[in-house]
Amino acid sequence: MTAPHPETWLTPMPAGLYCAPGDFFIDPLRPVPRAIITHAHSDHARPGHEAVLASPPTLALMRARLGEGAGRSQQPLAWGERLTVGDVALWLQPAGHVLGSAQVAIEYRGSRAVISGDYKRQPDITCDPFTPIPCDVFVTEATFALPVFRHPPAAGEIAKLLASVKLFPERTHVIGCYSLGKTQRLIALLRQAGWDEPIYMHGALAPMCEIYEAHGIPLGELRPATVAAKKDLVGRIVLAPPSAIADRWARRLAEPVVCMASGWMRVRQRAKQGGVELPLVISDHADWHELNRTIDEVGAPEVWVTHGSEDALIHEIAKRGIRGRPLRLIGYGEEDGS
Amino acid sequence: MIAFATLLERLLFTQGRNDKIRLLRQFFETQPDPDRGLALAAIAGELHFATAKAGLIRDLANSRTDPTLFALSYDFVGDLAETVALIWPDSQTNAPPPTLPEVVEALNLTPKTRLPDLVAGWLDATDAATRLALLKLITGGLRVGATGRLARIALAEFSQGRAAPDDIEEVWHSLAPPYLPLFAWLEGHAEKPDPATAPVFRPPMLAHPLEPDDIANLTPTLLRAEWKWDGIRVQLVSTPGGRRLYSRGAEDISAAFPELLEGVDFEAVLDGELLVIRDGTVAPFADLQQRLNRKTVGPKLMAEHPVAIRLYDILFDGAEDLRPLPFDSRRARLEDWFARTSPARMDLSALIPFATIEDLAEIRAGAREAAIEGLMLKDAASPYLPGRPKGKWWKWKRAPLTLDAVLLYAQRGHGKRSGSYSDYTFGLWRGDELVPVGKAYFGFTDAELAWLDRWIRNHTTARFGPVREVEKSLVLEVAFDGAQRSTRHKSGVALRFPRISRLRTDKPAAEADRLETLEKLIPG
Repeated sequence: MTAPHPETWLTPMPAGLYCAPGDFFIDPLRPVPRAIITHAHSDHARPGHEAVLASPPTLALMRARLGEGAGRSQQPLAWGERLTVGDVALWLQPAGHVLGSAQVAIEYRGSRAVISGDYKRQPDITCDPFTPIPCDVFVTEATFALPVFRHPPAAGEIAKLLASVKLFPERTHVIGCYSLGKTQRLIALLRQAGWDEPIYMHGALAPMCEIYEAHGIPLGELRPATVAAKKDLVGRIVLAPPSAIADRWARRLAEPVVCMASGWMRVRQRAKQGGVELPLVISDHADWHELNRTIDEVGAPEVWVTHGSEDALIHEIAKRGIRGRPLRLIGYGEEDGS
Repeated sequence: MIAFATLLERLLFTQGRNDKIRLLRQFFETQPDPDRGLALAAIAGELHFATAKAGLIRDLANSRTDPTLFALSYDFVGDLAETVALIWPDSQTNAPPPTLPEVVEALNLTPKTRLPDLVAGWLDATDAATRLALLKLITGGLRVGATGRLARIALAEFSQGRAAPDDIEEVWHSLAPPYLPLFAWLEGHAEKPDPATAPVFRPPMLAHPLEPDDIANLTPTLLRAEWKWDGIRVQLVSTPGGRRLYSRGAEDISAAFPELLEGVDFEAVLDGELLVIRDGTVAPFADLQQRLNRKTVGPKLMAEHPVAIRLYDILFDGAEDLRPLPFDSRRARLEDWFARTSPARMDLSALIPFATIEDLAEIRAGAREAAIEGLMLKDAASPYLPGRPKGKWWKWKRAPLTLDAVLLYAQRGHGKRSGSYSDYTFGLWRGDELVPVGKAYFGFTDAELAWLDRWIRNHTTARFGPVREVEKSLVLEVAFDGAQRSTRHKSGVALRFPRISRLRTDKPAAEADRLETLEKLIPG
């Protein structure tokens, strides 16, 4: 008997990707009875599910963000621990995207699908690194799936930032970054680059930082920017959600140099549009080369693309004899700023 | 080349006009000749290469990259040069990047057949930022938010008081890159370059929009009124050194309108409006548009779209500078000159008689002709002053027309707006179908743009390449300056200067306007 093709047991539905023999959804877009969550960004971890299965840090982050909406029953699953759900076996492996972010590997009657969620391949000390899992179907994101997207080494971007801080000592550098993942990675990168000064933060970023510290990721001295006087912020680095940097909130800062940390910053006009003065190309997603490399490493003959520039990725892998299928799941890629 | 690339990048990301001027000034202070002059020429749009064109870049990209991936990338990035700069494989060579003078010289001298290899070699030897600067140089149009005018202001600052921007403006067109005599003058090593009899551009006098508060301060007897014609403002210069037609922005547009210069046998500098005029009637702007942005023009187009200049003012009669004279005296000289010269393809902009401001308001409201944008009001005693002096000239545009239309399609913008859906096609009801009547891509605030972008992403019903079709449920209030018949649009109507004036989220699509309402606004 040949193994059933994963398209017979893993189906894109309006609510998200559904596994019938296990009777659960992965990252469902609306409330469902049983959900497996790859990571805690709000477009993947939505509120109101009955039973939620995820990595322990993802559950902690979800509880902090969603409160009671994090799921009526919550089941943590450690990396690599196999679990039988209905007629399928499944386990989680790190995806390297943010703290707790997981790939979900599912086996059913000898065929294996891996849903990778969002992922990156650049080193990041704030989360466990992506590990490729050989599979029959690999489900991937395609946020930066255009050959114009090449994320440079993050250390070089941090050096650019620190050079600017040195050049404009009378100004405050404010960096737009999302609260979960990007913020903590930036702080860790700054610490690695030897920036031992206190880092100031918008209030919205603090809760996620506390959870990172509780999971053993030291972030150094963090201070609230909201209560600091303007003169205390001269020469400092301030982190804030992207929505705050162009807003009234930023008026408390001394002649701010507006920076933004995102993979989109590679495209100048895009950076320019957001009123950014110093674009930093730092992303928590895979770039073009990393997406292609990852697909080659997992060796899947078929790749399903959840969201992003699926046309380009499917075109590119077809040249290597890999079948691509767009899932066109609407609703991902809206929170994390990439 | 690296210093130039850095300048372009910093200009692009710098918001403030004064900060941009400071960057330019620093660049002029720190860079040697001829690098700084060549950079100045690039920013002022004065560098032209006969053989290096955008097509060359496209071909290069297609030879080095997958055409499908290139097309998808271009669609996302929205700018040819930037797409190539970003998609180009990272450097494999140890060759040093070229200098700006090397690049300019090579682009001028290299035969066309050898250009692709030359440019590819440069791209291989540079990083993404320098690649972009190189490619922008070739395609022209740097798009970093700095113009020739801004550069001349920076030059004036660089001169530490030796020259004002308008002094520089007046010699500008007698000079050529890399502007060595200009820099020598501004640094105090040489005299002001003498344009002698060169047909240089003179900075034009511009008007302020008339605000409601201004009206009370106007004195009718000290004002002169003219129609504000909907063409393009031009300056015709004829001196013993040559004849030129300039746009308001000092761009030499002579080649696109040869018939206006061929018969010129006088010596004068004239200010007027370039219009398409058939049998004495001014055609709508759409007709003139056919003739704009062309490097050359054929006899058929010249015959079908005959142009003329409607004269507003005279700056020089022969070698005599009339600009210090008050408006009334210049007007008398203009009429006198016109009667004496009887120039071909020109007429005089008529003065509109009026007694009170109320008369003017009535005249403005009653203007039905499509080619009239409104009124110009001019201080009778004012000399011809460069720039936009306060309280001398006003433009009093007709109130815009508005329609409530339904959003049909959206497309990602190019350039600055490449990340958002910012080009909107909207339609009106004809029977029970919606027909597209126009496209608008400005008028909204940044917050409204963000809202629209999100709405479009969440209400997409179909995609055609870069275009998204949306649910027919969002009503936009569209303002526009006029409507004309058009065979190019399915609706048979074209709007002049459409812009989004409001988002009517309160209004159901069924209550949007009908095509018949728009048709009633078409004159004639």
